[in-house]
Amino acid sequence: MTYRILNFANFSHGDIMSLGAFLALVSLTLLRGLGIPDTPFGPLSFGLPMILAFFIALLLTGLAAIIIDRILYLRLRRTGPIILLIAAVGMSFCLRNIIQFIWGPQPQYYFKAIQIARKIPLLGIRIKPDEVFIIAVVALLVIGLHFFLQKTKMGKAMRAASDNMELARVSGIDTEKVIMWTWAIGAALAAAGGTLSGIENKFITPDMGWQMLLPIFAAVILGGIGSPYGAMAGGMIIGLSGEISTAFISTAYKPAVAFIIMVIMLLIKPRGLFGAR
Amino acid sequence: MILEARNIKAGYGGVEILHGISMGVDKAEIISIIGPNGAGKSTLMKTILGLLKPTHGKITFDGHDITDLSPDKIVRRGICYVPQTDNVFPSLTVEENLEMGAFIRKDDFRGRMKEVYGIFPDLKEAKRFRVGKLSGGQRQMVAMARALMLDPQVLLLDEPSASLSPRLVKLIFEKIVEINQSGVGILMVEQNAREALKLCHRGYVLAMGHKKFEDTGQALLNNEKVGKLYLGG
Amino acid sequence: MDTFVGILNYLVFFAITAGIYAVLCLGLNIQWGYTGLFNIGIAGFYAVGAYTSALLSGPPPGPLDWRIVGGFQLPWVVGLLGAIIASGIIALFIGLLTLRLKEDYLAIATIGIAEVIRLILKNEGWLSNTVWGIKHIPSPLHQPIEAAVSSFLKGHPQLSPWLVHFISNAYNWFYLALVLLILGLLYWTSERSIRSPWGRVLRTIREDEAVAAVTGKNVFSFKLQSFVLGAMVMGMAGSLYAHYAKFIDASSFEPLYGTFLIWVMLIAGGSGNSKGAILGAFVIWGIWAGTEFLTGHFALSGAQAGALRVIAVGVLLELTLLLRPQGILGEEKVVSRMLKK
Repeated sequence: MTYRILNFANFSHGDIMSLGAFLALVSLTLLRGLGIPDTPFGPLSFGLPMILAFFIALLLTGLAAIIIDRILYLRLRRTGPIILLIAAVGMSFCLRNIIQFIWGPQPQYYFKAIQIARKIPLLGIRIKPDEVFIIAVVALLVIGLHFFLQKTKMGKAMRAASDNMELARVSGIDTEKVIMWTWAIGAALAAAGGTLSGIENKFITPDMGWQMLLPIFAAVILGGIGSPYGAMAGGMIIGLSGEISTAFISTAYKPAVAFIIMVIMLLIKPRGLFGAR
Repeated sequence: MILEARNIKAGYGGVEILHGISMGVDKAEIISIIGPNGAGKSTLMKTILGLLKPTHGKITFDGHDITDLSPDKIVRRGICYVPQTDNVFPSLTVEENLEMGAFIRKDDFRGRMKEVYGIFPDLKEAKRFRVGKLSGGQRQMVAMARALMLDPQVLLLDEPSASLSPRLVKLIFEKIVEINQSGVGILMVEQNAREALKLCHRGYVLAMGHKKFEDTGQALLNNEKVGKLYLGG
Repeated sequence: MDTFVGILNYLVFFAITAGIYAVLCLGLNIQWGYTGLFNIGIAGFYAVGAYTSALLSGPPPGPLDWRIVGGFQLPWVVGLLGAIIASGIIALFIGLLTLRLKEDYLAIATIGIAEVIRLILKNEGWLSNTVWGIKHIPSPLHQPIEAAVSSFLKGHPQLSPWLVHFISNAYNWFYLALVLLILGLLYWTSERSIRSPWGRVLRTIREDEAVAAVTGKNVFSFKLQSFVLGAMVMGMAGSLYAHYAKFIDASSFEPLYGTFLIWVMLIAGGSGNSKGAILGAFVIWGIWAGTEFLTGHFALSGAQAGALRVIAVGVLLELTLLLRPQGILGEEKVVSRMLKK
């Protein structure tokens, strides 16, 4: 979404994701400190504070993105995708290192519990309760996004701006507002990804977003820039192929798999699977 | 004159394209601007719209000075625009395109939408279709319908008949007359000079950034000089 | 007096490193400044150059090494040439695949490729010795000069300590001269080439590809030439680095040092401007080294200090883009036009 509407590759997206994850950590610690009971819900590893922290992180990260946009990208909008890309790379380094400065380079933990994967009788696969939660949340977010884009006025305006920014402006749509919303939602989703990733992997590091950046871009390009649904499909494909590939080649090359898929896509069908333009 | 441009000079990147153009549109008039390529027709339209800032001159609308306003403010005042290309949102449905046209309306726009469907009944049939899948003629209609959603006083059309078949051209021009009859002033830039002059009240002929001729449509059609230079055989 | 020599010796070290970065910068300038190719994979070519040079002229793998290849102990010049050729070949390969892509896609592709190269170097022990890297890379003319220095010092035992200190650093002065010589040659070649008809085509491509295509020139071929030449220069820098540092491993070529800093250098100095490239390298490296001193004063852990310095450079980049996008020396025409649009 940000790529199409804002018209540049946001290299700082990964680090916004990390930012989200760490803001969740802060909120979590604060909430625990406030004395909110931390008893885990049922089979999950975490309780109320984590869930609240999740929402707070989404909110704060969205706000942060808007602020960054107002300070930096707003003034550079006229210049073109490359300059914006350079600015985003700069921002990515800044964010990542601010996180590292505050929290240090060591991994941080949301909680220490270890979960055993349980077997689902019908499907015959093993899955942890936390992972069920994650899948549920992702599904909810996807549905929520779909609803937002299809049914709300702003959602439609975002799709319109994604098609043709200038026409949107000439139709009277306040494109700056659309841009702010794009940043907010894009960042909130990134934060969700970061936090959920922290729940899944049990720890977060300042580098986490940056390392995922390449697969993220691969997923977006695979799915087609400008199509949120394509991005979701692309994400699934890249994620799955990455995991499957570890059966054949060493895990160190997992990111390379995503990259190779992306390059192949760029060469044969740059529009991606569902892309416009 | 509800919309008036006086002595406009404008251009791109230091190159002046318009060398002092003056023209106007009266309430519920159809004005055609014709001339060869590069005459500055599109540039003039962009300047009126605020997409381009004139280096010289004044543009007034309904008595107010709109020379330096940005496009979204001009749209709010009642001047709507249909670009020549890329004039619809392809991944949105017909109805969503119209909704976007009505974006800044604070009231319930359903009433207006009904009126617009009245002018373009074909679109009502297709309202749930994604515009990207429609034909060129249908898309042009969507483009115009979108611009009408704000109930403009003046509608700017940039080459409405471009890349349409002769039958569609006739249809589009019929629609333009219909829109005009509902009380909307029309300022139209057109390549299809003959047809444009036939249906307009008054016309301007531009060449090389200057206004060469100004008269009623009929008079321009009969004008031999205009005929030889700009109307073809 | 001795502290003065100490400072002087540090400045020599500083200048050598800055000089190597300047070479990298000139390489990037050829790709980006002249032709508008957005290469975020600088580190890749840098690494390839360094490793090739090291493998060609370095010592054979020891008993504890994973590494199997290399160690031909060829003269330094061969290492340098090898580095240039290797980076050139890799660039050719990459360029053929990716230069048809739109500018921002090219950026993503180059980042990916640099990452893949880094992963390969990190993991393929038979080639690179993984994290243990390649040690004892010989420096050109090291033996003879050191020998001359020791015999001179032995023959003149009465010299004051600071003079001894000064003369002992003679090798580094030599290396500095070498780096500056190469830098000068590259600068001269760059300046000549950009004013040539070939250079003019590159500039046209940068300004407006459509226009360039219309003139009938094979845009792709020119882009490829620029890309490969720029990469070769970067490989050269890699070789210079390897023989100076005498030890390389995958972490020497992290995106931070290998790529990000260089971009900041070029933008701050003035893209499209060879003088700017060199100036940018020295200025930014100066700031980088300077912040090292500053952060030393605060009680920060190493990682935190490092992070702070990166933040400082990052902010500098953003400020440059916002306030003076054409860099210190500005640029003849093109980049500022893009930024002012």
